[in-house]
Amino acid sequence: MKNIRNIHLRFIVLFSLGIAIFTSCERDFSDDVQFATFSSNGDIFTDSPVGLTDEFFDSFDPNEGANPEGFGTDDNEAFEGSSSIRIDVPAPDDPDGGFIGGIFLDRGDGRNLTGFDALTFYAKGSITATIGEVGFGTDFGENKFAVTAQNIRLSTDWRKIIIPIPDPSKLIQERGMFFFSAGTQTTNGFGFTFWIDELRFEKLGTIAQPSPAILNGVDVVQQAFTGSNLLVNGLAQTYNLESGINQTVIAAPSYFDFNSSDNSVAIVNELGQVSVIGTGTTNITAQLAGVQATGSLEVTSNGSLDFAPSPTRPAANVKSIFSESYTPDTPINFAPNFGGSTTETVLTNNNGDNVLAYTNNNFTGITFDNTVDASGLTFLHIDVYVQSAGVEVGLQIRDIGANQELETNTTNGLPQGDDVDFRFDLTGLTVGQWTSFDIPLGGDLATQKNNLGALILTDGPDFIFDNIYFFTE
Amino acid sequence: MMKINFNHIGTLQAKVLTYICFTAIAAFSSCETDDEQTVARSTNLVLSEEFNTDGAPNPAVWGFDIGTGENGWGNQELQYYTDRTENVTIQNGVLLITAQEESFQGSQYTSARLLTKDLFEQQYGRFEARIRLPFGQGIWPAFWMLGADIDENPWPGAGEIDIMEYRGQEPTVLIGSVHGPGYSGGDAISKEYILENDRFDTGFHIFGIEWGPDFVNYYVDDVLYNQITPEDVDEETDGEGVWVFNKPFYILMNLAVGGTFVGSPNAETQFPQTMLIDYVRVYEFDERLFNN
Repeated sequence: MKNIRNIHLRFIVLFSLGIAIFTSCERDFSDDVQFATFSSNGDIFTDSPVGLTDEFFDSFDPNEGANPEGFGTDDNEAFEGSSSIRIDVPAPDDPDGGFIGGIFLDRGDGRNLTGFDALTFYAKGSITATIGEVGFGTDFGENKFAVTAQNIRLSTDWRKIIIPIPDPSKLIQERGMFFFSAGTQTTNGFGFTFWIDELRFEKLGTIAQPSPAILNGVDVVQQAFTGSNLLVNGLAQTYNLESGINQTVIAAPSYFDFNSSDNSVAIVNELGQVSVIGTGTTNITAQLAGVQATGSLEVTSNGSLDFAPSPTRPAANVKSIFSESYTPDTPINFAPNFGGSTTETVLTNNNGDNVLAYTNNNFTGITFDNTVDASGLTFLHIDVYVQSAGVEVGLQIRDIGANQELETNTTNGLPQGDDVDFRFDLTGLTVGQWTSFDIPLGGDLATQKNNLGALILTDGPDFIFDNIYFFTE
Repeated sequence: MMKINFNHIGTLQAKVLTYICFTAIAAFSSCETDDEQTVARSTNLVLSEEFNTDGAPNPAVWGFDIGTGENGWGNQELQYYTDRTENVTIQNGVLLITAQEESFQGSQYTSARLLTKDLFEQQYGRFEARIRLPFGQGIWPAFWMLGADIDENPWPGAGEIDIMEYRGQEPTVLIGSVHGPGYSGGDAISKEYILENDRFDTGFHIFGIEWGPDFVNYYVDDVLYNQITPEDVDEETDGEGVWVFNKPFYILMNLAVGGTFVGSPNAETQFPQTMLIDYVRVYEFDERLFNN
């Protein structure tokens, strides 16, 4: 009897393996695979929450402005049945918080969503506002398979919203059932209400023609150095829906399989983090569920990058823009996306020291979130590194005046309105080493430098910056 | 004890069989897409274009319309039709009609239109093709027929039977129509069929008609979704329309780009787009099958 029972067991094991092998065309399981059984119920909210945690709605942190009070259910509104989810989007100055957002978590260990192809729900707005972000896979943990669709347009009647799953086969145990974030960006600060009903994962069968992308589908060329770390971002999956609409969602890196064409130059991990480890050129590409993503990252490394000279001036004499040595005086934006700009700017970690690497620059800038009052300061310091001969960079130090607006004549590029600038060319650069500049705040800045708001950069085209700060001797 | 053991073993064997069946089902439902649907009831096959020889389609059956016709083949279509390999070829047992985005003879797109005019014409019967359709805004494939007397009897007098029309921006919607005098163009007698939980651009489907003396039955796969009769023409045209489907017709297959029926492609329309035709089969009309 014992013997026979063993045979029986073996058949069950064989049976399980058979299913495992045949239901998936591309994936092999190891022999010791365990088949855990997670719920494959797709329902999230019908007339009440289905299998969610007791608190149901888990708000974003109120300390960061999230308003936990505007969430509830509404027995007077429903697409189907008797109840719906009601979300009151607050005004930006609401004392309880200026936006609303959070997640729904599965109350168990997670669900098996491999049998579905989309998150769907019906939505209705009090006005035709947009919901900033909607998705799933956010679990306030790893957010490993987070998916976000942006700018969901509400109608004042119920409308079905379809959020495709980038690759359902990944979702064997997902806790993040729903995620949303909404503010009043599209309503000039006026609060509104929207309702959600019949929220569930579904197998529509009409989600097709996948078109994944990395780096927003752009082929990016990037200079880098041994030891520098880059991130492949701009990750998205697009599906064609039954309506003919191409719905794009932002997809977490773990949906993608990344590849480096030369692992002796750079390696890329499952989160899209690129580590440059040698000299040469490699091309970073990715696939999502076997479909080649558009966009790529060509990384060329010429070896290691020396550190820029360490700043020695006392912090009391410095207002810093970009340097590990000082506390920044203001947050900055180093990718202001000026119209017509061809520049690619990447914040590159060079063995623990961040540098700004510019590629293919025609013109770009570093804009300051808050203006810098340099009344008591006399110089701008900047360290510049180039890898090829003949590179010269035009630098314009801009004071944007009392109105705090960057105003440029689009015909001749000169400051206008209450803006003034001082221009200086970074020349005489030596290939393969850092050159330091101390540029006097001269010209028109001599009399107006209390609202410094930007550094405009022209030409190059390829160069690296570090240690940008205003100072006095 | 022996007896019990035997029983047990017997049960085991039954289970093993069940498991084998299960695994076989699993294999087909996941990996194989090429299950042959057979839905034709008529048995006398008179045209069987299986596209099993790589290269150009059989010139004894298929001719081509070349160019842009008059006013984009009457519909302001944007493509230039050619018979080049880039637009029409047989590969791996499938006829590929491909719409390309390219500057060609003053047009922005190229594609192909095949027809059996003067080569294969028949009155009545079952006409069917197994096709995987392309997708995207402004993409307009069709499998259709025109009255063989069209040179003497201009459209719409000659009659038109659209076995399959489809808008690339509506990937689940099939349209079957007839056109004739008094019911043509936008006033054609037409019906849409919506494929549930599936799409026409992700797998092959059989599009067919069964056509007899006083009816055209429309099929997709094994679903009869419409029947058009002279009574329908009367009703839709207040007695003005004429039933013109009692004479030979020829077959056309084409992939149009843009035009009044679908609108122009947009920035999101991907090119090239290909219509894949596995076969075209025509059966003789068998009156006995329609006697009820």
